[in-house]
Amino acid sequence: MEEIILVKVGELVLKGLNRRTFENVLLKTLRYRLRSAGKFEIKIAQCIIYIKPLDENCDIEQASDIVVKTFGIATYSRACVAGKDMEDISQKAVAYLKEELEDAATFKVEARRSDKRFPFTSPQISARLGGYILDKFPHLKVDVRNPQLTVTVEVRDFGAYIRGAALKGAGGIPVGTGGKAVILISGGIDSPVAAYMMAKRGIELTAVHFASPPYTSERAEDKVCRLLELVSRYSGRMTMYTVPFTEVQEQIKENCPEELFTLIMRRFMMEISEKIARDKDCSALITGESLGQVASQTIHAIACTDSVCQMPVFRPLIGMDKDEIVKISRAIDTFETSIEPYEDCCTVFTPKHPRTRPVLHHIEEAERVLDTKGLMNRALENLKVTKIGYGE
Amino acid sequence: MNDTEQEIYLDNGATTAVSAHSAQKIMDMLLNNYGNPSSLHAKGLQAQREMDKARKTVAKQLGAADTELVFTSGGTEANNLALLGAAHARRRIGKRIVTSAIEHASVLDSCRQLEEEGFEVIYLAPNPQGVVEIEDLQNAINTQTILVSFMYVNNETGALQPVDKIKRIIKQKNAPAVLHCDAVQAFGKIPFTVNSLNVDLLTATAHKLHGPKGVGVLYVSKDVRILPIHFGGSQERNLRPGTEAVSLICGFGSAVQEIDFAVKQHIEVLSGYLREQLTQFDWVKLHSDEACLPYIINFSVLGIRSETMLHFLAGKGIYVSSGSACAKGKGSHVLKAMGLPNSEVDSAIRVSFSKYNQKADIDRLVRELQNGIRTLAKR
Repeated sequence: MEEIILVKVGELVLKGLNRRTFENVLLKTLRYRLRSAGKFEIKIAQCIIYIKPLDENCDIEQASDIVVKTFGIATYSRACVAGKDMEDISQKAVAYLKEELEDAATFKVEARRSDKRFPFTSPQISARLGGYILDKFPHLKVDVRNPQLTVTVEVRDFGAYIRGAALKGAGGIPVGTGGKAVILISGGIDSPVAAYMMAKRGIELTAVHFASPPYTSERAEDKVCRLLELVSRYSGRMTMYTVPFTEVQEQIKENCPEELFTLIMRRFMMEISEKIARDKDCSALITGESLGQVASQTIHAIACTDSVCQMPVFRPLIGMDKDEIVKISRAIDTFETSIEPYEDCCTVFTPKHPRTRPVLHHIEEAERVLDTKGLMNRALENLKVTKIGYGE
Repeated sequence: MNDTEQEIYLDNGATTAVSAHSAQKIMDMLLNNYGNPSSLHAKGLQAQREMDKARKTVAKQLGAADTELVFTSGGTEANNLALLGAAHARRRIGKRIVTSAIEHASVLDSCRQLEEEGFEVIYLAPNPQGVVEIEDLQNAINTQTILVSFMYVNNETGALQPVDKIKRIIKQKNAPAVLHCDAVQAFGKIPFTVNSLNVDLLTATAHKLHGPKGVGVLYVSKDVRILPIHFGGSQERNLRPGTEAVSLICGFGSAVQEIDFAVKQHIEVLSGYLREQLTQFDWVKLHSDEACLPYIINFSVLGIRSETMLHFLAGKGIYVSSGSACAKGKGSHVLKAMGLPNSEVDSAIRVSFSKYNQKADIDRLVRELQNGIRTLAKR
C-alpha cells in the first residue's frame, strides 16, 4: 500500500502575495532535510505539501520525525493513497486503518472533495465509506459528535488520500524568511530555548559563544556545540563564533568594582556580539534573559546592557517562569545536555553581591579605566569558527 | 584435520569474527586514545568525543536518540538491567511479567530472580514452528502486567517473534507494561528501528555483528524510567556506572558502520542451498522453517548425539553448535518448549552464517555430515 505524508502549511496562507516565497523556502528546507531519510518526491498544491517516498529504502518514520521539527507546518498526517474511485477508496481505507478501526468503539468519516469532477459530493463519500466500514467492522458505532476515530478522506488533484487523525506540526514560519540574527549562547537551559523560539519565527541563526580558558574548559564549549546541534534539528545549520574572553574578564575583575562585574561583562558581550552580527549580515541579537531571574536580568540591568547596542535585542523568554522554560527545553531535548555541570563564562568571577539597580553613568565611569577598544579588537581578531548542523 | 583444508566457521550465532575495521579502531583507541571520558582535560575529552561518535552511530542504526542508549558489558548485562531495572521501578504498579519460554538464559534467569523477589512471571510456550502465538499474548497480558519481554529472533532456531504486535496488545488490554525486546540476534541482520518495533527497551550486542566481545547496549526510551543494578559513578545516565569500555564501544560503533542489509540476500542463497541439501536425507529433521531468519538453521541428525556430531565436524575443521553456546551440554530449552521429542532435542545441530561464508562451505559441511552418519555409531 502506498503511504505518503501530507503536510498542511501553517500561518503561511495568511501572507498574501508573499505566500509563494514562504512556500518555496519551506519546500527547499524539506527537500534538503528529507535527503537523510531517502528519496522523496515533494510537491505542493492548494496549500498541501505531498511527501511521497520514491523507493522502498525511504524511511517514512524518520521522514515524519523531520517534518515534525520543521517550522512553517501546522499539521501533518500519514495517509494512504487510493485511486479516485469509491471502491478503491473503501477497500484501501479498511486495510490501511484496520488496527485503529478494530480498537475503536465509535467513529465517523469526514470527506473533503476539492476535485469537483469526482462524481460524489463530500456527504455522499462519507455516507458510502461509513456504510462500508460498518459492514466490515460490525462492532463499531457511528458518532459524529465525539468519535474515538475520525477517518478522513480527501479527494484532491493528484489522487484520493485516506488518513486517521492529523498531528500537530512545529508551527511557526519557515526558517530563513525572517532574516538573520545572532544568538548569545552560554550552555545553560535558557539560551537554547531562546534560539529555538526565534528560529520558530523564521529567523536564521548565527551563534556567538564566549570562552574563558582556563577558567572554562573545552568541555563547556563542546557542550554548547552539542546543544546547538540539537537546536539545529529545528533551526537548520548555523555557524558558531567562539570569542576568547579571558582577557576581558580578567581586566574587568582587576580594575572595576566587584558588584558591577557581571554588568560590565555583559555590556562587552553585547557589543562584541553586535560587531559580529554586523559583520555577518545579521540584524538583531537574541538572548535567553528572563526578567528578574538573576541580578543582571533586572529591568535596570537590562537597560544598562542594552545601551551599548543599536540593534534590536530579542528576548523571547523575558516574561516566562523558569519552569515554563524548562518545559520547552525538555520538549526540544536540550534539557539533559544543558544541566551537564561545566562552568561557563557567566559563572566565572561572579560577584557576591551584584548590583541589581545599577545606574548607567556609574557603570560608564567604572569602564573608563579599561582599554575597551583594544580588548574588543583582540577578542574579535581571534574568533574560532565552528559549523553546526552539517552532519558528520 | 586435513592441512590443505581451511577451517569453516558456521557458528556465527554464538559469536562472529571481528572485522578488520572494528579491530583497528579498538587497537587505535587502546594505544593512542586511552583517556578516561570523565577526565576534564583534553585527553579525556578526546576519548569522550570518539565515544560520542560511536554512540551516535549505534543510535542512528536503532532509530533512537543518542541520549537513550546505555552501553553495557554485553547482551546479558543489558537484559539483566532491562528486566530487573524495569521490574524494580514498577513494583508498586503491579507484579506480573510476561515473557516466553524460549528466551535467552539472561532473560529467563533474570525472571527466576524476580520470581524470588515476589514477581509473577508467565512463560509463554511457542507453537511447533517456534513462534509464540498472538492469541497467547492477548490472554497473558492484563492490567497487572508491568513488563513484557520478548526476543525478536530466537538464537537457536532463527524464528521471528511478533514483537511489533505486542505494544498494541498492551494498549488494548490497558496494561501498565513496558515492552523489552532482546534483539541480539536481529541487530544488523534485518532492518528495524525501536519505532518500527514499538518497544521501550531493547538489547543489542557487538559481537554478533563482527564487533568485539564485552560490549552491548540497552536502549531505554526517554519516556521510561528504570532503576540501576550497579552503583558507583554517574556514567551512562547513572544506569551503568563505572568507567566506560571506550575502546570496545568505539569498536562497536565501527562494526555498526559496516552493517549492510544486502548481505541478507547472500545469506538467503546459502541458507536455501543448505536447506535443499538437508531435505534429501531421511536422517535429518529441520527445526527452522522458511519463515525463520536465514542466518540460522537448526536441525537434528537423527540417532547421533549433538555433541558427538559437533566434535566429529570440529575434527574436520567445521565449527557448528549444539543449540545455544551459552548452555553447553544441556538439552535445548527452546526445542523442548517447541514440543520436540527428546531424541530430536539431543541430536540438534545449529548452523549459523555470516557474510564470510561461501557456498563451498556448505558442500563440505554436507559431505562431512554424510561421512559422520556413515562412520559414527548410532545410539
